[in-house]
Amino acid sequence: MIPLSGDLGDTKGVIKEKIGSFSTTRGTSTLKRGFAHMLKNGVVMDVTTVEQAQIAEDAGAVAVMVLDKLPSDVRKAGGVARTASIRIIQEIMDSVTIPVMAKCRIGHVYEAMVLQETNVDMIDESEVLTPADENHHIWKWDFTSPFVNGARNLGEALRRIEEGAAMIRTKGEPGTGNVAEAVIHIKNVNTELRRIKSIYDAGDEQDLISVARELKVSYSVVEETASLGRLPVVNFAAGGISTPADAAYLMTLGCDGVFVGSGIFKADDAKERAQAIVLATTFWEDPDKVKEAQKMIDERQSMLGLDTKNLELRMQERGSTA
Amino acid sequence: MSGVTIGVLAVQGDVAENIMATKMAIEELGLDGIVTEVKTPEQISDLDGLVIPGGESTVIGTLSLVNGSLKKIKEKIASGMPVFGICAGMIMLSKKAKDRVVGEMDQPLLDFLDVKIERNAFGRQKDSFESEISMDKIGINKFQGVFIRAPSIIDAGKDVEILSKFNEKIIAVKQGNIIGTAFHPELTGDLSLHKYFVSLIKAKH
Repeated sequence: MIPLSGDLGDTKGVIKEKIGSFSTTRGTSTLKRGFAHMLKNGVVMDVTTVEQAQIAEDAGAVAVMVLDKLPSDVRKAGGVARTASIRIIQEIMDSVTIPVMAKCRIGHVYEAMVLQETNVDMIDESEVLTPADENHHIWKWDFTSPFVNGARNLGEALRRIEEGAAMIRTKGEPGTGNVAEAVIHIKNVNTELRRIKSIYDAGDEQDLISVARELKVSYSVVEETASLGRLPVVNFAAGGISTPADAAYLMTLGCDGVFVGSGIFKADDAKERAQAIVLATTFWEDPDKVKEAQKMIDERQSMLGLDTKNLELRMQERGSTA
Repeated sequence: MSGVTIGVLAVQGDVAENIMATKMAIEELGLDGIVTEVKTPEQISDLDGLVIPGGESTVIGTLSLVNGSLKKIKEKIASGMPVFGICAGMIMLSKKAKDRVVGEMDQPLLDFLDVKIERNAFGRQKDSFESEISMDKIGINKFQGVFIRAPSIIDAGKDVEILSKFNEKIIAVKQGNIIGTAFHPELTGDLSLHKYFVSLIKAKH
């Protein structure tokens, strides 16, 4: 069974209808979170074209994420980054059998509605695009399609879940080819989870209430998360993953899977790298297999990457206080 | 008699949920047994029964082919090991699959269940649904079906027993010791299907 903490039940996104003689319900937390559970131990790859989506599917990607530009190009281009062209999303949906996700701007309710109408399988309310509303994320319970959101720490993750996110990913620092920030974020979440679990195990309700206040999230979500000792939804790593070893390392930190952005299609050996990262994510417990995967790539063909200390734009800070 | 050993194929997908459901099923039946994640041919060779969980069938197929698990699973099924395929797992067990939009598929399959599958038969994620279904033939009259980008069966051979239909679409089948469902019992908390599967293994053991 999957945990349903924070579930609001019959919200606007839940649709009941009759199909033949059967009563059906769509958009429930079980279906949204369940979808994310089917992605576990998989690699979701950022793509911008049909060709890239097909390479991703053939390499064993569990889903593709359609963008107008890869995150590193978003950085270079500057300006306002918005959701991808619907025509390209549609073409990709018609050419691959794996799930297709797309990004909308933080807080941009109507971009998300358009993606839902387009019928993408999951919507990523993403800091890679320019936020439309820094103070309010989308109230995701109003949607039938599931959402994934980025988080740098437990508070952000739980606030997004409270808004209806069916899946969480670390923010990392997208488009840098540098995994360091993703590592920090997953470790932050893990440390905080251990802390609230120990408070829960000690039966200290008063302390758990102060945690809820500190994280700016309701007590029931904190309590259920603390009892589980993990996030109540599937949690992937994202941001700066470039090599098989990067992916395997994040899996050892307890992530349920990985998103790879610029790391694959900004490298000169995209096809081999895509396969290698899938292998390393699947067989992360076996160092010999990860070595074999790492052997499939050429470090001279990795994207150059950026030092995350001196960035003009820190995407991870977008929407983080809300 | 020693207990049964049941594996859950742990290549990709909702492995943990099936491990928990199978463990609880064994416990409720009052049996002895262990439930374990399996990934390698060596681990698979020791099993009395196997669950192939939900996930992406292209990923599970491609990666089981790479490390030789696919071949080992075929040998085990051929020798009579009961196997339960859920959603992607049912696709894996089938002889033939096509996608509702993309068309005929050339993906690695186990080639046992004499059916033709239509992948994503009910549409994309927004069309995923829950509905009460029944499997009277195996004594389960009421079951909450959780259908996530679910497949359906469009053709079934003469040895395939149809366990359930949703609005004329075949969604659960049995062929000898093979069970396949288009929906996800492991997400519901209802253990009746996992219990039925464990009892098949017990009978064979």
